[in-house]
Amino acid sequence: MKPAAFDYFRPASLSDALALLAKYKDDCKILAGGQSLVPAMNFRLARPAILIDINDIAELDYVHADDRGLHIGALTRHAAFHRRVVDGPLGALFSAVARHIAHYPIRQRGTFAGSLAHADPASEWCLLATTLDATVVAKSARGERAIAIGDFFNGTFSTDLEPDELLAEVHLPPMGQGWRTGFYEFSRRAGDFALGMALAALRIEAGVVREARLGVGGVSDRAIRLRKLEERLVGGAASQEMIDTIAREAWASVSPIGDIHATPEYRRDLVATAVKRALTEAAA
Amino acid sequence: MSHIGRSFRRIEDGPLLLGKGSFAADCNAPGQLHMRVVRSPVAFGRILGVETAEAAALEGVVAIWTTDDVAELPPIDFRQMGLEALAPYRQWVLARDYVRYVGDPVAVVVAVDPYVAEDAADLVFCDIEELAPQLDATAAPSAFMPDIHPGLLSEPAVLRRAYGDVDAAFAAADKIVALEVKVGRHTGVPLETRGALGVYDADKDVLTLYGAAKVPHYNRDAISRMLGLGEGRLHLSEGHVGGGFGIRGELYPEDVLVCAAALRLRRPVKWIEDRKEHLLAANHSRDQVYRLRAAVDRRGFILGLEAEFFTDQGAYVRTHGTTVTDLSAAMLPGPYVIPAYAAVGHIRLTNKTPAGTYRAPGRYESTFARERLIDKIATELDLSPVEVRRVNFIAAEAMPFDRGIKTLGTGVVYDSGQYRDLLERVLDRLSYNQLQDELAARRDRGELVGFGVACFVEKSGLGPQDLVRITVDGRGTVEIVTGVASVGQGVETVLAQICAETIGIPIERINVIHGQTDRIEIGFGAFASRVTVMAGSAVKIASEALRDRALEAAAGLLQTTPDALKLSDGMVEAVSGGASLPLGEIALHLKDSGGLTGEGRFVAGHMTYPYGVHAAQVKVDPSTCGITIERYLVGYDVGRAVNPMLIEGQIVGGAAQGIGGALLEEFVYDENGQPLAASFADYLMPTCHEVPEIEVLLREDAPSPLNPLGVKGAGEAGINAVGAALAAAIDAALQKPGAVTQLPITPARLHEILRGPRS
Repeated sequence: MKPAAFDYFRPASLSDALALLAKYKDDCKILAGGQSLVPAMNFRLARPAILIDINDIAELDYVHADDRGLHIGALTRHAAFHRRVVDGPLGALFSAVARHIAHYPIRQRGTFAGSLAHADPASEWCLLATTLDATVVAKSARGERAIAIGDFFNGTFSTDLEPDELLAEVHLPPMGQGWRTGFYEFSRRAGDFALGMALAALRIEAGVVREARLGVGGVSDRAIRLRKLEERLVGGAASQEMIDTIAREAWASVSPIGDIHATPEYRRDLVATAVKRALTEAAA
Repeated sequence: MSHIGRSFRRIEDGPLLLGKGSFAADCNAPGQLHMRVVRSPVAFGRILGVETAEAAALEGVVAIWTTDDVAELPPIDFRQMGLEALAPYRQWVLARDYVRYVGDPVAVVVAVDPYVAEDAADLVFCDIEELAPQLDATAAPSAFMPDIHPGLLSEPAVLRRAYGDVDAAFAAADKIVALEVKVGRHTGVPLETRGALGVYDADKDVLTLYGAAKVPHYNRDAISRMLGLGEGRLHLSEGHVGGGFGIRGELYPEDVLVCAAALRLRRPVKWIEDRKEHLLAANHSRDQVYRLRAAVDRRGFILGLEAEFFTDQGAYVRTHGTTVTDLSAAMLPGPYVIPAYAAVGHIRLTNKTPAGTYRAPGRYESTFARERLIDKIATELDLSPVEVRRVNFIAAEAMPFDRGIKTLGTGVVYDSGQYRDLLERVLDRLSYNQLQDELAARRDRGELVGFGVACFVEKSGLGPQDLVRITVDGRGTVEIVTGVASVGQGVETVLAQICAETIGIPIERINVIHGQTDRIEIGFGAFASRVTVMAGSAVKIASEALRDRALEAAAGLLQTTPDALKLSDGMVEAVSGGASLPLGEIALHLKDSGGLTGEGRFVAGHMTYPYGVHAAQVKVDPSTCGITIERYLVGYDVGRAVNPMLIEGQIVGGAAQGIGGALLEEFVYDENGQPLAASFADYLMPTCHEVPEIEVLLREDAPSPLNPLGVKGAGEAGINAVGAALAAAIDAALQKPGAVTQLPITPARLHEILRGPRS
């Protein structure tokens, strides 16, 4: 469990980091929190020839909200969300979800953006970003582009990022006071990857759902946004009956994977439970 | 001041709390080299060749050896319970002709640092002709090594244990209750992985192996035999040990390879196991299937029991020989009378990591099988599970109770016990009737909650003997030297308490030396919950000898008789008051006549048999298949508690491990024999989140008549019946008697119970 040899750079500015990326491309990996990359290197599952450590790049270490929403820099740690980073339902949701991510020491190092770049299908942040219409800002020496989250994940551990691109920022649209959210995750132990999870956000006015967001994670090669079920929710009451219906349809709409921790049949039932509980929390 | 029975804080904790512990990886020697083991990537296959040239060319590589380079080394022999028939199934230190599991050592690299060693190991190419692996211990036996050992099958031994007239019992039965259950493959996973540092001192012609654990003296002798080293040329030294659990400290290929390399290369050689290696290479355990048939009468009394079971021994038979299967067969009847019994235990090899003992070997498994059977008898006869246990218990008046069979070479004779009394005390503590009413009311409200209980007999204090020498120096400091080992269980504190009690000296003035083969000529180590019984008794005997010598010498100096003197607070005093002498002064006086010393040897031909009851209350969430342990209680009779706090610690830690094996931990293999749980991401250890507060009801109602202290062992009490108790509680929560037949009870298995089998 010693990593293969690698060269190590610790640039102090974003432009230096991007220059290194442009030079080494596929041969290099970005090191932010290292909570997935370093174990993979120790197992020699990952053998980057070059590591570019971005921890000295102060301009990537921010999280702030403005009228366009929430902006999360590449060095923002999971633990930054223990306290609410923005007033209202979005900050509360981030805070609730953060506590499901691994364990306290890991949350001090691992980063939000790193989770997205790693693209683990059981990642809580990937589910949150997918469900809440995040935009990924990728920067390279060539320039900058915004990637809608729906176009970002290509599958397990695979994203739309080009070899010379750095995931510099994640942007989430604002969530006004009318929104209510729910999140439910089941894992074998506290802090483990989800066997199944769901995230729901509803904007309810006078008992009627005006807008809905619903996604599930841990069931396939990436988080899934259930847009058709969101449409079913809009225009009616978030009643127990409606929630049960949505949960049943979520069950029918997924084809989960099996592994040593869960059979596909179990996972499918778990997804329905997670959807039901997330929606129930959001509707409460 | 009494020292036995008090919860002293551990005297060994100072360096550990200060971060000054000396674990295997903390041992270093100037100029040391680092060893890396190249392991088989396939489960079963013929070795066509091992190509090392590319690796050998790497800068910093000092040596690479395959089996041809260590041809003179014999396979690793049995430490206990060996049989002649098992000999062909022993493991070579490097695989010869065949590889038989993923992780089987094929070559070793020795290099200047661990990074280069691992780089080079990656470059070694194993050319292996893959064969279909055997992965099911209940399937028909297959060839062990087809053309090397023609006709040799993967069933090294079948053990039989029987007494009474089983046929008559079944003929007289009102009902026959049958059951098949399985305990998954899991093992002890110490926080500290294995490690070894071999240092050869050319000046003294002595090789020292640091990182020893559990059985240093036995391993000294075994390695000496393998390497052809004469007496006094090999020394094993135990530092701090970060957990043993039966698996750590057995003799493994890596220990022998480190010693061989240090001798050949004349440089210190260090090997530290990484976690992935540990999960592939250190002993696995459990993994048994039991098929039981009980002949019972209307009251649920078991007239006779037939058992056939299978132990998945993995790829080779390691140092434990038949131990696990032997203990399973002998301990399956547990605390119950069972007048007729016939057990057949199959030791079967598969292409998985070899197995050995893990805390409560053969009992965690057999208790699960037996207690599931008792619950099923209760269900089929419409009786309460508690009542069926009461009906079957061996009565206190029947003690000592000779089971009429042997295990580990000794007759199974329960030395003392009040089994029913302990169960009643546990039920009282829980307000059992009221508790069941409360649970029923909660179930009526839709909650899936249930309670389960499981009873067991443990064994402890395996002989044959242990030796202790105690010396007092001129400053009045006491040194206890023993050949037992410490795996972190509090050996130093417990032995010091027994010494302090006997010679009346403050515990702070006692040092305990253990696990050093150059300090005492024999030692039988730390396993089978034997240290307090064996070394504790030897300490008592040695302390008494030392006390007598001190009093005799002091009597001469004070011109009185020994019976007019007593020992107190490190002084010899006249009973009538007045004159007194410090022990240190007496030691100085005796300097030229052998010093102030005492020697004690305790020999035991029989084990002691502690016993216990586990009780669990669980809640199941049927929508997620999550299990919450709401309450867990262990009742245990330890005979006599030297340090109740340490015993409770043993029980709580054992219960945590038992929960791991019952709900989380499992070595899963795919159809090619590739291990799928080879890291902590997939091999799930319980954490503080999953382990509830464990309540302990510690009793001293049945002291052992077999040793001067009346003590029994405590190491395996907490783990023994966890699988059984949780299974019963989950059955009750689901209101589906007999639903749980397999450990671990994972969410996916619970899902299958609730929703029916997979389509």
